[in-house]
Amino acid sequence: MTTIERQLLATPRHRLYRTTVAAIVVLLMIWSLTAVSFKDVNESGWNIAVRILTGIAHPDLDLLFNVSAQSVPYLLLQTVAIAFMGTIVGAVASVPLAFLAASNIVPKPAAWLTRLLLIAIRTIPALVYGLMFIRVSGPGPFAGVLTVGITSVGMLTKLYVDAIEELDARVLESMTSIGCTTFEKVRFGIIPQLASVFLSVTIYRFDMNMREASILGLVGAGGIGAPLIFAMNSYKWNQVGSILIGLIVLILLIEWISNKLRARLVQG
Amino acid sequence: MYDKIFPPKRVVLPSGKTVLERRTRAPLIVLLLSAAIALSVQLTEFSLRVLVTRIDQFFVLIGAMIPPEWSYMPRLWHALLDTLQMSLLGSMLGSLLALPMAVAASSNIVRSRAIVSAAKIALSLLRTLPTLVTALIATFVLGLGPMAGVVAIMLFTVSYVGKLLYEAIENVDMGPFEAMESIGMTRIEAFRYAVVPQVLPGYLSTSLFCFEGNVRYASILGYVGAGGVGLLINENLGWRDYGRVGMIVAALIVTVYVIETVSEHFRKKLI
Repeated sequence: MTTIERQLLATPRHRLYRTTVAAIVVLLMIWSLTAVSFKDVNESGWNIAVRILTGIAHPDLDLLFNVSAQSVPYLLLQTVAIAFMGTIVGAVASVPLAFLAASNIVPKPAAWLTRLLLIAIRTIPALVYGLMFIRVSGPGPFAGVLTVGITSVGMLTKLYVDAIEELDARVLESMTSIGCTTFEKVRFGIIPQLASVFLSVTIYRFDMNMREASILGLVGAGGIGAPLIFAMNSYKWNQVGSILIGLIVLILLIEWISNKLRARLVQG
Repeated sequence: MYDKIFPPKRVVLPSGKTVLERRTRAPLIVLLLSAAIALSVQLTEFSLRVLVTRIDQFFVLIGAMIPPEWSYMPRLWHALLDTLQMSLLGSMLGSLLALPMAVAASSNIVRSRAIVSAAKIALSLLRTLPTLVTALIATFVLGLGPMAGVVAIMLFTVSYVGKLLYEAIENVDMGPFEAMESIGMTRIEAFRYAVVPQVLPGYLSTSLFCFEGNVRYASILGYVGAGGVGLLINENLGWRDYGRVGMIVAALIVTVYVIETVSEHFRKKLI
């Protein structure tokens, strides 16, 4: 037996541990398979699938290209506006929260409490916020903005906190040693370290918010969601087709722009 | 373009050398951003006054949710388990399906350009559709019930895990793969022994992370009739029974927290 073989045999195996984990995963899989049921699937489902596809192939061109308050371009613009304002509201609210949750800025218990609050904020489904904000502002895009804002807070704060906790403190120490004031330390020591990460995270979140904003119409919070649902519930598949095409093109476009912008930010 | 309108500033260094300092772009960016904000404020009827004067309504609702109606819990279990089942099955099927999709989309493994770009386009098209829209379509096709939710979650998981996995495969160190091919292994064997060990931990960790997110998504899918907790939330919000909504939300927070902690533990082990 060579040394290499002996080393190979000597590696820890964790066999019991691995079998247990595998067994648990398999059990969970079997348990979740009980959710499968095809009892509601019937012919009409298949017909609808075909009709959706033909609807996408033959979109309602009038709806897709004219410019009234009901048309796809206007609604898409409104959806972008909701996502954009929501991202800004969320980003503005996240910055102070992020500093409160960073364990190198505030004492541990305070940071832990803020984190608990953030988990709660993140877990409440967006549609619940939507319904709650409708009580505040009445149905309409403004409720959408607030909803997108508060759902952004969860993720934005988490990623901002990561950036803050990785702050290079040596820069600040050297600035103190050459006699910089607090304002100068913040302006030239902290902001340059955080700005690009914060911006890049925010742009990424804007990209995600596009998807979020496009479904808020479900609860009456503006954007393209409501017309989509109405068109579906009244079986107007060519309208559904034109809305889906518009939405897909827009989301792909924004994703592409956001990737370009973030790549430039990372390169500096 | 910008540099031509505002020519760079010349700076003479003490050593006599001249360097060009580019003008700052901040004014342009600020201008564009404020124009975008102004337009968005117009389009969304954003008003700070409404926000400040009516925000108390939001806290009134939160207040109505606290304390949650504890006696509602026994009726909640079933829906909560449904939601978990939906997201678990959807995530598992989705991450399994993501494997062949991701391999087909990696340009360093599959030689045919057509297959690679077709797989990539399919993945990004899937990713653009919001989960709720897929769920809604699925309820039309598969009927109301958890199956529609499973399909919606599965499609989202395929697109998300698939994208991250093909990026991982494309960035893999191809040295071992070439070495194994050159000693006479087939491409499939070489893939199994050279690429899989490099991407497996990342793949498992992404799948777990996706599952965490899916639990949260699954809780709203009921809104369009795809089963689970969402249905109950919708009902109770309709009846303005906020104590029950509070109970559902509290149960969700605990569930999500537990799942996040467990999954984070395993993800730390994997990487």
